[in-house]
Amino acid sequence: MALIRDLLVQSAEMILVLALSPFVTGLIRKVKARLVRRVGPPLIQPYRELVRLLRKEVVLADNASWLFRAAPYLVFATTWVAAALVPTFAVGLLFSWSADLIAIVALLGSARFFLALAGMDVGTSFGGIGASREVMIASLAEPAMIMIIFSLALLAGSTQLSTIAAYMLSPHVGLRVTLAMALVALIMVGIAENARIPVDNPATHLELTMVHEAMVLEYSGRHLALIELSAALKLLLYLSLIACVFVPWGLAPPGATWSAYTLGAASYVAKLTAGAAALAVFETAIAKMRVFRVPSFLGAALMLGLLGTLFLFVSRGGL
Amino acid sequence: MTASMPVALSLLGCATLLSLSVVAAIVGRSRVGTPLVYWASFGLSFGLCANAAFALLHPGLAEPLVLPLGLPWIGAHFRIDALAAFFLVVTNFGGAAASFYAIGYGRHEKSPGRVLPFFAAFLAAMNLVLLSDDAFTFLLSWEFMSLMSWALVMAHHRSPDNARAGYVYLLMASLGTFALLLTFGLLSGSVGGYGFDAIRANRAAAPYATLVLVLTLVGAGSKAGLVPLHAWLPLAHPAAPSHVSAIMSGVMTKVAIYAFVRIAFDLIGPPEWWWGLLVLIVGGATALLGVLYALFEADMKRVLAYSTVENIGFIFVGLGLSLAFAGGRFAVAAMVAFTAALFHVFNHALFKSLLFFGSGAVQDATGERDMEKLGGLIHRMPTTAVAMLGGAAAISALPPFNGFASEWMTFQAVLLSPQLPQWGLKLVVPAVGALLALSVALAAACFVRFYGIVFLSRPRSIAASTASETDAFSRTVMLALAFLCLLAGILPGYILDAMTPVTQGLFGGHLPRQSSIAWLSLVPIAKARSSYNGLLVFLFVIAAAAMAATAVHRFASRAFRRAPIWDCGCPEASPLAQYSAGSFSQPIRRVFGTLLFGAREEVEMPPPGALGPARLSVRLNDVIWNTLYLPVAEGVRVATDRLNVLQFLTIRSYLSLVFAALVVLLLVIALWR
Repeated sequence: MALIRDLLVQSAEMILVLALSPFVTGLIRKVKARLVRRVGPPLIQPYRELVRLLRKEVVLADNASWLFRAAPYLVFATTWVAAALVPTFAVGLLFSWSADLIAIVALLGSARFFLALAGMDVGTSFGGIGASREVMIASLAEPAMIMIIFSLALLAGSTQLSTIAAYMLSPHVGLRVTLAMALVALIMVGIAENARIPVDNPATHLELTMVHEAMVLEYSGRHLALIELSAALKLLLYLSLIACVFVPWGLAPPGATWSAYTLGAASYVAKLTAGAAALAVFETAIAKMRVFRVPSFLGAALMLGLLGTLFLFVSRGGL
Repeated sequence: MTASMPVALSLLGCATLLSLSVVAAIVGRSRVGTPLVYWASFGLSFGLCANAAFALLHPGLAEPLVLPLGLPWIGAHFRIDALAAFFLVVTNFGGAAASFYAIGYGRHEKSPGRVLPFFAAFLAAMNLVLLSDDAFTFLLSWEFMSLMSWALVMAHHRSPDNARAGYVYLLMASLGTFALLLTFGLLSGSVGGYGFDAIRANRAAAPYATLVLVLTLVGAGSKAGLVPLHAWLPLAHPAAPSHVSAIMSGVMTKVAIYAFVRIAFDLIGPPEWWWGLLVLIVGGATALLGVLYALFEADMKRVLAYSTVENIGFIFVGLGLSLAFAGGRFAVAAMVAFTAALFHVFNHALFKSLLFFGSGAVQDATGERDMEKLGGLIHRMPTTAVAMLGGAAAISALPPFNGFASEWMTFQAVLLSPQLPQWGLKLVVPAVGALLALSVALAAACFVRFYGIVFLSRPRSIAASTASETDAFSRTVMLALAFLCLLAGILPGYILDAMTPVTQGLFGGHLPRQSSIAWLSLVPIAKARSSYNGLLVFLFVIAAAAMAATAVHRFASRAFRRAPIWDCGCPEASPLAQYSAGSFSQPIRRVFGTLLFGAREEVEMPPPGALGPARLSVRLNDVIWNTLYLPVAEGVRVATDRLNVLQFLTIRSYLSLVFAALVVLLLVIALWR
């Protein structure tokens, strides 16, 4: 009986992240539009776009290989699994121990690997430029993320997200320089990984500074829908990650009552809304940077992560 | 059954391999003989592998065997303990895979007589290094291994590049053996006990032990490809035929790692804590520099060779961590790090062999090793492309493949570093962790580039657009290796369990049995800490992809239509306008290359109105080669020029020189006493 319940909660989480991710994207667009005094598209616009793309036929380039057709499914699957492994409204779900934070980041790495390969498949310069820049950004964002994981794991004693969240809720956390550094670095990595302003611009299609959109330029129809959905899922994943580690209040403990789950879900939606609004304000206030400034941006995140780890030793005199 | 049976069987196998190489020298010239010899070496390697696996699982059967060979007062000692057995499994598995691959691949060899005899002897030599139980036999087998691999590097000696590669390799191999000779000299001490037992009993004093470690790093590290002694590796590994490249990169470097482990973990005695620091720094630098070199290289096999340098760095970081933990008497942490390193040894042997096999197949089909002239091979060589995709995913440390499992273990070991009491280690270990994370991320970039340029995109030459799929033997072994990469990634627990005798022998303990943990998770330390389950992750990804595909095809559209390339409405007609290997790594070159390699891009624009082409040239400065190797070479040249006068003296001068030397030596001895 308990197993069935756990399975239900786990499935509910998988469906929840899938269902909420276009909403977050829509919310960001809406807030951004309101901030520049436009009306903006309705909140359900991303859902409509997905449905429209799903109904359309796929136009494949003559020399597209099977990898090009399989990649959207693989990218979607790895991103979805990664997003479902991050605690959203409850910790200690049935399968949460099957992958720790390092594995979640590596799953996102798999998604990027296949997307970058798909970008190179047809052999266009847009696909190439997108893939080349994407791997350049990832080659700095991933180590920065690993350093953030190190500092969190050294504090909490585990790379398991549920354990980290439980540690952050416990009374002996306190205010720490390391945590502040990790938070800033995590936000920077999240911005870079999700191709947001100032690293990349998700709204443009034909500008030479673009990265992610250039890589997926040859995609159409249902393939494009899956890729857009994966991008939305990835954004949701980073928001949930920040929420789970730095604002863990409201997360339902393992084996909680249904009311605790409801409370967790409500607080999760509230956290997502706040995160999305903050991202929209940030994006509106800042300008896109040149692509070769991105390494300095991410290098700063990497250094923050490393410094945060080293600070732990200094502040505690060695754990 | 006696307790020395596995070692006797192994020696019998080696002897058969050696006689096979004699047979191969005779029949190798005929077209029929080549596959037969490879079949035989496949069978023998397979048998040796099974024998070693048996020895690994039965650590009680580790009696030494003494043969009356070699120096009369020593004899030749052989023994298979768990450590040797593990490396024997890896070596002979690689040998068996390469032999099977060569049954098909070897048919295209222009001069099989120059490859076959040395191939079998090379396999035997690697086995003998791992089997030997005294310093004399070890060094003799080591040198034999170097020479046989040198002969294979020189198989196509007409090409000037290969001749240079062979020359540099021979020099570096001599340096390595020289360092190991001194190592064993110091280890055996003034007593001169050359058996490993005698060395273990006679622990070297502290300053000597440190010197031994440094010399071992030079000796074994130069063979493994540690920076800055890696210079020969990217020249020599690609020069050999591809199945030999696979063995040299996937297996011979592991024999070098065995030498390091044997000396640093077993023979020296209890380690000092800062030895780990030294190994960690060297390993971290090797990992980062190796992958950066690989990213800037356009020759397919050299990319793989440089990536070997990176992986060796990765393994040495694990070993360095283990030494550091062992120096502080943290046995569990030392075992985690050590097991992670050995697991990566196994994994690297799998996927690097696969990648070299695939690039050999590509080279065979197109006659090209230059990535800038390849492309689109996923259409022409579909099976090779599938297998290589598995290999690229594994080496890029993507879950659920095996590369990720060993990377994950290493990171878990890095996270144990707060236990260490020394501040030097506390600060260096996270920094090395950052280097490791950086090199792993760059390795993924490197293999996106490798696969994307070679197998995807449009063909960049006629040879690439008319290539055809490789033979059935090569395809079989490549698919099998790709499958094993996946299998080792989703069931890592069984492999870690197989290594328990090794840690039992070296550290006197072992990690918790992984295969008895629920759902076959990987939990190296304790339940409260971290876990990873490759099997579940794999099943989840497959299930999610299947659900997505079913839902989309069932409820949405399944229609598709082929059309010309879109590329925003104006696709370039020429395939040469695509992104190339050089342009793909340009952003990374700008970020990392300017600092470490002095990369410079120069654009020459024609004057306005002129019709000449604009040129973009990239210059990379190999800092290590220019600052370390060239001055040494220059010094040797100057010294030999100066000493040249000595060649033309009279007999009287020579006699007086000899006399003077004798007097000086006698004086030195007199003063020494």
